[in-house]
Amino acid sequence: MFYRQAGDFKTTYRDDIQTFPLKQDRWGYYIVLAVAFLVVPFFINDYWTSAVMLPFLIYAIAALGLNILTGYCGQVSLGTGGFLAVGAYASYKIMTSFPDLNIFIVVLLSGVVTAAVGMLFGIPSLRIKGFYLAVATLAAQFFLVWLFNKVPWFYNNSASGQISVPERSMFGFAITGPNADAPVRYLFCLTFLVLLAWVARNLTRGRLGRSWMAIRDMDIAAEIIGVNPLKSKLSAFAVSSFFIGVAGALFFSVYLGAVEVGEAFGITQSFLVLFMIIIGGLGSIFGSFAGAAFLVLVPVLLKNIMVNWLGWPTDIAVHIEFMVVGGLIVLFLIAEPHGLAQLWRLAKDKFLLWPFPH
Amino acid sequence: MASGIEPGAELLRIENISLSFGGVKALTDVSFNIKRGEVRAIIGPNGAGKSSMLNVINGFYHPQVGEVWYCGEKRKGAKPHQIAHQGIARTFQNIALFKGMSTLDNIMTGRSTHMAANMLSQAIWRGTAEKEEIKNRRYVEEIIDFLEIQSIRKTPVGRLPYGLQKRVELGRALAAEPVLLLLDEPMAGMNVEEKEDMSRFILDVQSEFGTTIAIIEHDMGVVMDISDRLVVLDYGKKIGDGTPEEIRNNQAVIDAYLGVPHE
Repeated sequence: MFYRQAGDFKTTYRDDIQTFPLKQDRWGYYIVLAVAFLVVPFFINDYWTSAVMLPFLIYAIAALGLNILTGYCGQVSLGTGGFLAVGAYASYKIMTSFPDLNIFIVVLLSGVVTAAVGMLFGIPSLRIKGFYLAVATLAAQFFLVWLFNKVPWFYNNSASGQISVPERSMFGFAITGPNADAPVRYLFCLTFLVLLAWVARNLTRGRLGRSWMAIRDMDIAAEIIGVNPLKSKLSAFAVSSFFIGVAGALFFSVYLGAVEVGEAFGITQSFLVLFMIIIGGLGSIFGSFAGAAFLVLVPVLLKNIMVNWLGWPTDIAVHIEFMVVGGLIVLFLIAEPHGLAQLWRLAKDKFLLWPFPH
Repeated sequence: MASGIEPGAELLRIENISLSFGGVKALTDVSFNIKRGEVRAIIGPNGAGKSSMLNVINGFYHPQVGEVWYCGEKRKGAKPHQIAHQGIARTFQNIALFKGMSTLDNIMTGRSTHMAANMLSQAIWRGTAEKEEIKNRRYVEEIIDFLEIQSIRKTPVGRLPYGLQKRVELGRALAAEPVLLLLDEPMAGMNVEEKEDMSRFILDVQSEFGTTIAIIEHDMGVVMDISDRLVVLDYGKKIGDGTPEEIRNNQAVIDAYLGVPHE
């Protein structure tokens, strides 16, 4: 059976605006979901969880969030690390203040707190654009990290200045803390990713998403045809920060377990997530996944090849890894500036006509 | 807001508008009105202040002196997006489409003023959000039929040729179901055939939707044919106002176009 559009007729607008209009795409999506939920958990071990799956899932959530702000609404942000920290510290404070609260709710609430902080730092976007806004969000990055270092209330006066997660469980399975099993942690993060990706898709295909893209493409025209720039920019900041806050909460509570704010949520995190969406594809949900996968998987792959197969010393491998990843990013941006998502789109367009393209 | 205004009654009144940018006077003491249901042309040589006039009407510029009355109400410091909600839509001299979006999405964005589903409903794509989307899609499809652009429905507008982009932009303005439609040089850079198409669309819009149209256009043949009344601006001042016949015989207008030296 070929990958084909022909014969897949749409008779209602409801059918026409669905997420995967092609039947084969839809089946592909269901299969990926089924494998991710029903097959992977049985084969996953601790190494795969901590080195590959958890970082991928969590960075994918953060990339989705930043993509909504930068890719869809066109507001460049370098404050991602700071907002991840807000999510992490919010989840820590909520967990320690309300020990009985379900961990799922805790993560969602952390997202809400981050959304509020994000909106606050989004206010300058109403007056400034482009590079200037990027610098303003950079201020958020440094201020937030400084704040969490400086005020002992945020880390409950712990002597080390670190925060470490207490154990929380759901349905009798430990999700955070040292006793959590790999498959459980994986499934917990996967659930959030699938839910939030679905929400991101819904928001971006409706009125709100169009108003974001209108602001991105031509802000003056958007305002003149009736898009309220204040509402759409601030809502983009809110939704984006919500996603990043959830990612931050998961990063701290499920993935790392204990963090020190300057190390875990520094400016490098902001750049990493920004690179993910640029390589993956700005303004694309799939691009957020692809970018996160690329930047999480390629270093792991390189390290395995160099250290485990070729037997090179670790320190040389690390340096070569930096060079290769950096080179790949540059190559990529030259060859396909619209990212992996565009490659995927082109490939699909080719396949629709294959093997008779004329 | 405009429901009480009968066809032929005054829809918009510009009173003694003066607009300047620093020392440059874009408009000086201009007054005229637009009646409901008519095609009102604003003409004049380059730099006469025509586009500034449209920018005043849709609230993008705020004149230092003068008043704008719309539907019998004096306007006070409204923002462009609020004015869009009052039923004024426009197209732009240099195409201002959303380049990264498809034709369909561009026109759907024009429907923003008719959509109100809250964020939660949009996030889960159930209830109001989905219903609203489908209802407005139906209206947008009517506009797509009307402008005969069915085949480019899902094409990103950045890839379309110039003439079609102009048509999509008209579609985006029409999607708002405007009471007053402002067209800034809709036929600039078009060949005769495209101009004929566009003129036909404009007249059809007027007769089918009952839309009032204010149009800036340089092609005198077209303007004289399709407009009911004209305003002529020169160096920011009004030098003529009336039917095509009156304007044709107006000495000041002839002088402005033929280039009599200004004292």
